Parts: sequence; C-alpha cells; structure tokens
Amino acid sequence: MIPFTYTRAGDAAEAVRLAGRGDVKYIGGGTNLVDLLRETIERPAALVDVTGLSSAIEPRGNGGLLIGAAVRNTALAEHRDVRTRYPVLARAVLAGASGQIRNMATVGGNILQRTRCAYFYDTEGSRCNKRSPGQGCDAIDGFNRTHAILGASSSCVATHPSDMCVALAALGATVHLEGADGARTVPLTDLHRLPADHPEIETVLEPGELITAVELPPLAAAARSTYRKVRDRASYAFALVSVAAALEVDNGRVKEVRLALGGVAHKPWRAWAAETALRDGPATTRAFRAAAQAELAAANPLPDNGFKIELAIRTITAVLGELAGSDA
Amino acid sequence: MSNVEDAKQSAMNSPLELAPDSWAPGNGPDPLIQHNGGRIGASVSRVDGGPKVRGAAPFAAEFALDDMVYAALVFSTIAKGRIATLDTTVAEAAPGVVLVMTHRNAPRMRPMPLFGTSEKAAGADSLPIMQDDRVRWNGQAVAVVLAETREQADHAASMIRVTYETEPATTSFEQAKANGTETAHLFGHDVHIEIGDAEAALAAAHVSVDATYRTPYQNHNAIEPHATTVAWHSDELVMHDASQLVGHQAWSLAHIFGIEEEQVRVTAPYVGGAFGGKGLWSHQVLAAAAAKLADRPVRLALSREGVYRLVGGRARTEQRVAIGAGADGRFDAIIHTGTAVSGRDKAAPEAFAFPTQSSYAAGSFQIDVQLAYQDMVTNTTMRAPGEAVGSFAIESAVDEVAVALGMDPIELRIRNEPDNDPITGRPFSSRHLVEAWRAGAERFGWAKRNPTPGTVRDGEWLVGMGCAAATHLYVRQPGGAARITLTSDGNVTVDVAAHDAGMGTATAQGQVIAERLGLEPEQVSFRFADSRMPGLVAALGSSQTVTVGAAVAAAQRVLVAELLKLVGHDSPLAGLTTEQVGVLDGGLAKLDEPARHESYTSILAGAGRDEIAVEASAPPPVEMMNWSMHSYGAMFCEVRVNGVTGETRVSRFLGSMDCGRVLNPKTATSQFRGGIIMGLGLALTEQTHFDERKGRIMNPSLAEYHLPVHMDVPEIDVIWTGIPDPHTPMGARGIGELSITGTGAAIANAIFNATGKRIRDLPITPDKLM
Repeated sequence: MIPFTYTRAGDAAEAVRLAGRGDVKYIGGGTNLVDLLRETIERPAALVDVTGLSSAIEPRGNGGLLIGAAVRNTALAEHRDVRTRYPVLARAVLAGASGQIRNMATVGGNILQRTRCAYFYDTEGSRCNKRSPGQGCDAIDGFNRTHAILGASSSCVATHPSDMCVALAALGATVHLEGADGARTVPLTDLHRLPADHPEIETVLEPGELITAVELPPLAAAARSTYRKVRDRASYAFALVSVAAALEVDNGRVKEVRLALGGVAHKPWRAWAAETALRDGPATTRAFRAAAQAELAAANPLPDNGFKIELAIRTITAVLGELAGSDA
Repeated sequence: MSNVEDAKQSAMNSPLELAPDSWAPGNGPDPLIQHNGGRIGASVSRVDGGPKVRGAAPFAAEFALDDMVYAALVFSTIAKGRIATLDTTVAEAAPGVVLVMTHRNAPRMRPMPLFGTSEKAAGADSLPIMQDDRVRWNGQAVAVVLAETREQADHAASMIRVTYETEPATTSFEQAKANGTETAHLFGHDVHIEIGDAEAALAAAHVSVDATYRTPYQNHNAIEPHATTVAWHSDELVMHDASQLVGHQAWSLAHIFGIEEEQVRVTAPYVGGAFGGKGLWSHQVLAAAAAKLADRPVRLALSREGVYRLVGGRARTEQRVAIGAGADGRFDAIIHTGTAVSGRDKAAPEAFAFPTQSSYAAGSFQIDVQLAYQDMVTNTTMRAPGEAVGSFAIESAVDEVAVALGMDPIELRIRNEPDNDPITGRPFSSRHLVEAWRAGAERFGWAKRNPTPGTVRDGEWLVGMGCAAATHLYVRQPGGAARITLTSDGNVTVDVAAHDAGMGTATAQGQVIAERLGLEPEQVSFRFADSRMPGLVAALGSSQTVTVGAAVAAAQRVLVAELLKLVGHDSPLAGLTTEQVGVLDGGLAKLDEPARHESYTSILAGAGRDEIAVEASAPPPVEMMNWSMHSYGAMFCEVRVNGVTGETRVSRFLGSMDCGRVLNPKTATSQFRGGIIMGLGLALTEQTHFDERKGRIMNPSLAEYHLPVHMDVPEIDVIWTGIPDPHTPMGARGIGELSITGTGAAIANAIFNATGKRIRDLPITPDKLM
C-alpha cells in the first residue's frame, strides 16, 4: 500500500471540493478499493471518505425510488419498497459477496468496483492493459473461463463483477452525479464503457465526479422480477452468468420485459435485442429461448468460456419461464 | 444394569494393566482397546477451544518480542533465470526501513536438509535460499524488507525494482512429460508393482473399463497463513512458528545455520490448520537469516498470496485406471498408472496408486507412478497425499465396472473384498469395511437408489446417489517419546514434542493419559509443540495419536517401576513388580488383589518426594511390518445437479468409518466432517490456476481459489464400526486424513447416477455438466 491522505466529507459538495481534479479516490465501504490499494493497483495521493453522503431510500413523486450513494448494500436489500416493488434488485444484492461485505459496501462503491480478472490483480507478474495501458493482455491467451463473451476487445476481456448493477441495468436506473461543473444524470446502462482500446477508462465519469444517488423509475413490471446467478460454488463467487429479469405477461403475450446479464461483459449487459424480440410476442419457452439466442448471437467466446453462451441462453430461458409461470 | 454400565463398574474395581512393552506379534493388546473408565470415548470439547474463542491463544504471528521488526517479501515473476538488476535503494530509504536482505547480503546458509533424507530432516526442498542470483520458480523470494511496522515493510517492498534474464523453463505438464519421467520412490521402494500379466488379463476380461482421470493442482489454504516470529540470543535461535514438525525443524535450522541442535528452540503452541503444508519452507529460514543480519527479532507473516508463492500444494496428476472383471464381478486385473508433477527433489511424490495397493483382491496388478519435473514451487504433502486423488480415480473406475456389469456398486466392492493384503499378502490388523458398508447402506437408505442414471428428477434438479470406499494407511512414527511428571498433589504433566493444529491432539491425549494413569481429566496437563520436549513426532500421516499413545505407555512403565522403588516396606505394594500391578483410582494396585492399593500422592509423600519425572521412548513400530494396516470408510452421497445450469449441490453425505477405537467422538466427528468438506472441495470447486506460460499461480486468494463455503456443505452424518484394532495403541488408527479419501469419487459417482455423465477431470464445475 502506498501512503495517502484521508479526509471525510460531510456532504457531496464538500467531497467534490475536497477532491478537486487531483489524484483522489472517493472511498465508500472500501470493500474493493482497499484491496486495490493493498495490491498497489490504485495509488491515489488522497482518499475522500463519502460514507457521509445520503444513506436514505426515498420515494420520488413519479413513483420511483431515490437511493443515496452511501446506502449500504444490506440496507438496500432489506428495504421494504425494494423487496416488494423491485425484488430483482434485492435478490441481486443478496447474491453478491458475503453478509459482512454487504454490511460495509455502499451503492456508489458497488457501481464503481473493478474487475476481478486475475491478471489485472497480478501487479508484478502479469500484463494488463487496464492496469498499465499499452502493456498487453495476459488473459486473452490465459485463464479466461470467467471472462467476457460480449463487447470485449483485443485490449481487454474482463468482466464487470457487480450483481447489483445487473439489476439496475434491467430496471433502467439513472445515476445522479455531481462534479466540479455541476450535477447531471446518466442512465446506468451508459455509465460503464466497453473496453475498446482504453480498458483503463471504465466509466463516463469525469475526474473528480461523484455518484450521489441512484434513481429507480416506476416500473410495474418490476413487481414480478428476479435475479439468478450461476457460479462455481453456492455463495461467495462471482457470476459465470447472471440474469436480471422483469416480465409482465398479458393474455399469453409479453406486455413488458426487462433483461440484463452479468458475468458476460465489461459492463452490466442490458439485453436490448432480446427485449425487442420478446415485446408483444408470445410468452412461451420457445420464444424465450429464441430471444436469448438472438441476444447471444453477437457473442465471441474465448478458448475457456464458450460454455457461457449456452449457459446464458439456458439461464435466460429458465428465468423468463419462471417469471411467466402459469401465464406462459 | 446395562452391559456398558457393567463393564464400567468392573473397570472401576479392577486395576488396569500396563500396555505391552512391544507391538510385535505375540504380545497381548493394549488393555485400553476396550477398557471403559469413562475417559476414552467421552465427547470432550477441545481444550484449546476456550483460549481460541477468548483470543488468549498466541499464534506464531502474535508473539510480541522487544525491539521486534516486521518482514515483507518480494517474489520473483519468472520461473527460471537470474536476477539481472535489483534496485533496493529507494526501499532502503523509505520510512521505517531497517534493512533489505537479498542474495547480495544474506548470511551464508546451507540448503534445507530434505525431508526424508535423514531422521530429523524437515526441508520441503533442498534449493539454495537467497544464496545466489538464480531464480528457480515463479514466486521465489528475492528480497526481504525489515521495517519498524508491517505497513512500512509492505510499502518499501513495493518500491524494490527487479529485472530478470529469463531462461527456458519447464512449466507445462505436456513438456514435463515429454522431457522424461522418473518412477516415484516412497518408503524405500519404487512405486512400481506388477503381479501377473494385467494387460493380458484386462484384454481377456468379460467386462473392462479403461480411462484417464485428471486432478488439478490444489493448495492447503489453512485459515492461518504461515507465520513465524524469531529471535537470536547470541548464537541461540528461538522460533515461534506455525509448524507441524518442531523437532525436525529445530535440527534442520541448526544444520542450515551451522550451530548445534541444542542451540535452536522451535515452538508451535497454536497452529491454525496445517494439512501437510506447515513444514519447513524458505520463509522460516529467511526470517531467521534476516533476524541475524539485523540483530533484532523478526516477525514474518505471509500474506495469503505469499503462502501460494512460497509454499507448495498438491501436485497435478493424470491417472490411468483400467479394471477387468468376470461376469461374477470378480476383478481379473487392476491397472493404476500415471504421472504426477513433482519438484526436482521428489521428496513428496503424489503417489496416487496407494489406495489401489490395498483395497481390492484381483488376479493381476499393474501399478506405476511416474513423476514429471516442472519449474514451480515444489509440491508437498496435502491431506491424504496420494490417497485423496488416487481414490477418486480407482473408486470412480470401480463404479464404472458396476455400471458395465449392471451390478450394485456396494455388492461389487464386497465381492472383491481381499482376505489379505493383495500386494504384500500380509494379514490385515483389523479390517471391517464390509460392516461399514452394510451399516452405512442401511442408514443412508441406499436401497432407495434408482440405479438407472438420469431418472430421478425434482423440478430442474437431477438427483443421484453414489458411494465410494475410503482408505488411509496406518502409520506410527518411530520417534515417539514422552516425559511424565507426577507431582505430590497427584497431578500429571506429560510433555511430547507433538502438535495440535486444531485437530484435537491435546484433548484426546488428555483423555487417554487420564484413563491410562487412572486420573481425573482435570489432573492431567498435556504439553506439546516445543522442540525441547521429548519425541520426534511430526503431525503427518494421521499418526500422532498412536505415536504419542505408545510413547506415553512406554513412559508409564518406567514411571510405575520408579514408583515401586519408592514404596515403603509397609506399603500394600511392597515387593511387587511392574508386571504384577495395574492402575486404579489415582494410584497402583496389585492386579489380582485390588485391595492392595496405594495412591500416587501417598507413594510420593511416603518417599518425601515433591515430584517424580520419567522419560521413555516408544518401542519401534514393528506392527506396521507384520500387518497390513489401514483405516477404512464407506462414503455415501446424494447430489442434485441442475439440469439447466450444471450446478451441483451435495444434499446429503454419510461417512461410515472403520478406524479402530474412537477416543473422542466429538473431535473425531469434527475431523471426519472436515475431511469430507475438503473432499467436497476436491470434487467440485478446488483448483490452483497454474498459468503454464509463465509458471505462475493466478488465483492466490480465498476469493478466487474456491473452497466450499457454508452453503455448499450439507449436513454430514458420520458413524463408525467402533471395532478396536488389537494391534495398535488404544486400539486406535488414524482418522485425520481418512475421510477426504473416497469423498471425491462418491460425489462423482452420485453425479453419474444423477445425470449419466461420467466426469473424470476434477473439479466438476458446472460447465462440465451442461
């Protein structure tokens, strides 16, 4: 770990002011950032603690929910409105990490956690374009069973590790930002970038820009939603593939559907193609599988992770089938 | 009155004879194989539990010494070559840094004496440690930073710059095999056995199976990462360590530093799991060297990554198992051959054919274990070395034979039960595996199993049952010795340089000693894990219980002889010999005249003695040469495999064990459960990712090396035959490693029953079942 200064901000404005545009990282629960500091992957001169930001979950006038960036993962998953109106989100959060980690981890920090690619973490011993731009990528020809099948590049095949973000992507959440140039909002699905030639740039955040809240839109379909995570052990493992889905079926037809995938790309992957294929179509297993296949048509597997394509197709099909229930 | 109470009552009224003075044929059994004084067989909680829960148990990284400094390490990033440049100047100038040790300034040291090459040799390898600019594996320590705090040491270590000149290294298994292999050598023999013409018998057999099974690199992952706290007092070295062989280690450190054995003291009062991985490795030597260089005490605690870089694990194997059987199921041929990866020294071959050497009768055998050298951190013993991964292969193959014959796999195994050791022809000391099979099948509900694969479904889940045999070699170490100190208050302290890494050694020995000496448990203290104590007893081979037990029995004979010398003329014991007395109610009594009794306190008081201390060595373990000795188990498993995702969940597990007398059901059950959980990891999740391009381990963390977590572990049921072994101390055999064997195959066989898919390549991850 490299020495750094530590300051605690009282609110968002103070945090942004403290951060300026310098070599600063915001720290929430620290459940990922402290690891990155220990591995000397992150070497900021200063940390600004933003756990003093809003930790409230408040109803919005339009029927949505505003979730403060400092809300702990545990509190988010336990919140009544989240559990009843957006069960996919509660289930996604509970599918991640462990109880102790969820007690510490914040919503803002969860969104900005970094990949768990082994070569990214091997500071001294491996090449990584994300850690050291231009160095090369040892994952592409190395262990890549857990890596991306969608949207990857020749520079980087890492995946985004968050479960929560997959649910947020499906729900169409927007992220509230505050920076030196003022406040703005960005759809969660536009916040993370695909790697292209610059995998080191993971989000559209400007230097010093801070996540202050996440807003969930009102979404009737979300009342029937769920999250399914497939992994190598029953708990405490990152997703091989995960599926966040919401489905509203009317008279055997898909009225509304939301679908996002985790464990498959550099960002939480909203399955737009599958949604388009499904909307207003029949709510049948056959249609679900066809839509999943349509989404995965663009998949480009690595030597070790080809199984993820079929796994994603099967899991999407099963999750939609479960949500459709007797309506299918 | 029940029979048990009857036995207890009579046990309390009649003196307990001393143990035989030899374990050779012709001697009677240890009276403790069935004596029921209420100590042995009681479910006693671990004596170390309280201190550990209260934080009062000092582990190796918790000894605080005056003026102590903290160490951090820099690891090489190439597999083979030499250090070209090594810049330590920035690190040396960093805050708090005391010194940086590299090959340029390290004290001159001999290589570690390789374990097995002499009586007390402990080294995991015999490579030079920081004596030259050579790099011999990816992850080798190339610099040690000492600083006033751990954080300062870590910080400075990150500022050391190293460049390398690489040389071609052998880091791929295919390359290693192509380079040529050597026959494994173990216990004085090549692991190569041929009985009859197994290939011909296989070809002629009514049914045959012939397949290759693969098991990956694995690491021990004890919850306590390796750590050591060392101090030199002029020429004397004291090391508080996380060690499972303090006696071996003290002698070996003396050899390395060119001092006398008496000048080194190694202690390991509390060790947070060892599993074969806590022997002598380079980090202890480096800590001692750095402490010498700095002339200050040093604490070196490896990070989890550090453990993976410096401490080897279980070697990868590729095994061929072929079995030919007649229509009646009897085996005509068993072939178990293959290759395991090995370090250059080949000190700990992963001898996977072990289980095949004693499990089944067959008309012919071909057994051969080859070792292929790779440039990587040297492999070592890991819980049931050889047997854990070998039993996966042989017990999967037996299941395949059962499928080919359409025969129940338990009946097939019983049909091939050997009368004597199938390789050596020796009689078994005690083998009741058939009873274990019958009892286990009854309890598990084996009769409800549908033998047709892939037919039992519960929603998305395919349900199956499987079984496999467990087996582990009995070992009693030759170096057992003990000191018994009896004080005038009637309390006893027993000192043995043995180990308790959490398995319950001290708890069980306390029970045995109380029973053997006729004392209350609270009158007994068992002290251990200090190289200055008697005995050369490593925590290896599930052998400590009997090794210490035999040593205590030997010391007791000396103690009784000494006590009889002290008794007065008017003592009821006056004139009696050791052969005539036994132990009764905190004292001695004439065997056939229990009323002639005198308590220990009375004997000492009469002689005006505050205490009496005796020391003795156990007689040699000749029982191992006269009988085929193993612990056994019948493992039963129910799995659920998700038909959509390929995820496997073990839903029920039963271990039905035959392991001699169980001394403490509570700690024994815990050992069995722990082994089964480790076997579950072996079957489903555990794999060290060794990147063959650079010879580097890529998942050196508990996040990415997947041990089973709570949700992976079902309720585990454990039963045992409880039949004592007439040829061992206390009638006990080893239990610590037994239950990791067989478990992997039981799970793989259950997966086959659930899905019809035979997976021969561990771990069985979801992608292999989709």
